[in-house]
Amino acid sequence: MAINKIVASVEEAVADVHDGAVILVGGFGNIWNAPSYLLTAISKLPVKNLTVVSNSGGFGIEIWGGVFGVHEHDVEVLHRTKQCTKHIVSAPTNPLVVNTLETRYRAGEVEVEMCAQGTLAERVRAGRAGLGGILTPTGVGIPEIQRDKPVIEIDDRKYLVEKAIKGDFALIRAHKADRWGNLVYKGTSRTFNATMAGAARVTIAEVDEIVELGELDPEAIVTPGIYVNRVVLRQ
Amino acid sequence: MTEKFRIDDQTMALRVAKEFKDGDVVNLGIGVPTLASNFIPGDREVIFHAENGVLGYGNICTAGEGSYDLLNAGGQPVEPRPGMSILDHAESFCVIRGGWLDWTVLGGLQVSEKGDLANWMVPEKKIGTIGGAMDLAFGAKKVIVVMPHNTKNGGYKIVKECTYPITGFRCVDLVVTDIAVIEVTPEGMVLKEVAPTWTPEEVQQLTEPRLIIAPDLHEIELA
Repeated sequence: MAINKIVASVEEAVADVHDGAVILVGGFGNIWNAPSYLLTAISKLPVKNLTVVSNSGGFGIEIWGGVFGVHEHDVEVLHRTKQCTKHIVSAPTNPLVVNTLETRYRAGEVEVEMCAQGTLAERVRAGRAGLGGILTPTGVGIPEIQRDKPVIEIDDRKYLVEKAIKGDFALIRAHKADRWGNLVYKGTSRTFNATMAGAARVTIAEVDEIVELGELDPEAIVTPGIYVNRVVLRQ
Repeated sequence: MTEKFRIDDQTMALRVAKEFKDGDVVNLGIGVPTLASNFIPGDREVIFHAENGVLGYGNICTAGEGSYDLLNAGGQPVEPRPGMSILDHAESFCVIRGGWLDWTVLGGLQVSEKGDLANWMVPEKKIGTIGGAMDLAFGAKKVIVVMPHNTKNGGYKIVKECTYPITGFRCVDLVVTDIAVIEVTPEGMVLKEVAPTWTPEEVQQLTEPRLIIAPDLHEIELA
């Protein structure tokens, strides 16, 4: 049987997302690199108690629509629906707007696990790589980050033990895909998308274009298809 | 409170950019720091890094131009440049943590006499954003902080000890403010440059730790 990871709709792509799922959301925080179609599809599902892992806490559709004319949801939508009850994040707040996460946090509706951005990236990479965790100097001695994590000294430098993150689902925004799930990205839209692809039981990529197998230059493929379970067009 | 002239954001960025030499690898944080990429003379090759995964980008595009697939850390479209490369997020922070950055330029809420930086949370807010700042503070060879000299209410931002949550310990090398340039040294904070019309005594009044006056103290260098 030929390998074919292409699914017909974003609704079909996220149909098995379940209560309590850990969901990795690619992108940096800008709408242009957010898996916005997949996020919107999940926001319509009757699922709750989601743990979300993302760089940004989101801005909200009003900001993207009002300022940039892009009427799409970012990760904020999972707070709008109150589906997210725990968020592992490096930039939960932003200077533009008091976002829904911030409001919900003050109301005690959501647990926030603060994670330095590089630590977040490396914890996710470790999840994909089959590692149990990483050792990073970042955050040693910073109470809000160190908390009760073990500290290990190697060659006179101290490192925090930070656990790997592996999700149930990873939502990825890419530029082009083929039916094997090979992905290429565009410019800085690679960001956390390429980092998170493969760091979950099920990786789902929404893409601008699907091309024939063999069209993507093997030297240019950033995410090998084996990391990707489903590919869906942004439509 | 004095209502004296203070240099603006673009001018602070211009002053910061003067530090960078040919071949330096420089990360620019969100806010005033990102402006510095626009102030490199055409014949100087400085490699700018943005945490969202690009090395070697060019100027910030004028409004309405450029691509939203090539952004600096502040979300502004930037110009591509020959030699530029794209990194995923894990690789981007290998650059940051791995000691590949000669400089990072960050915003600040407080900088202490010893060079501690606090820039991710105002305690009353109970939640803040670390973003890339903590990895940058721990990883870059040298850290420049660019910020207003004082809070909106005229309070100290350059302090004996930080009272806000810490981003990095003893990491700051240089502070560029709207009235002064101050170097952090093992002996203490050295006032190197002052904005036009400012005297060292006036800067000291707005600074909590005692400042050492540099023997060659001069007006802020922009040219």
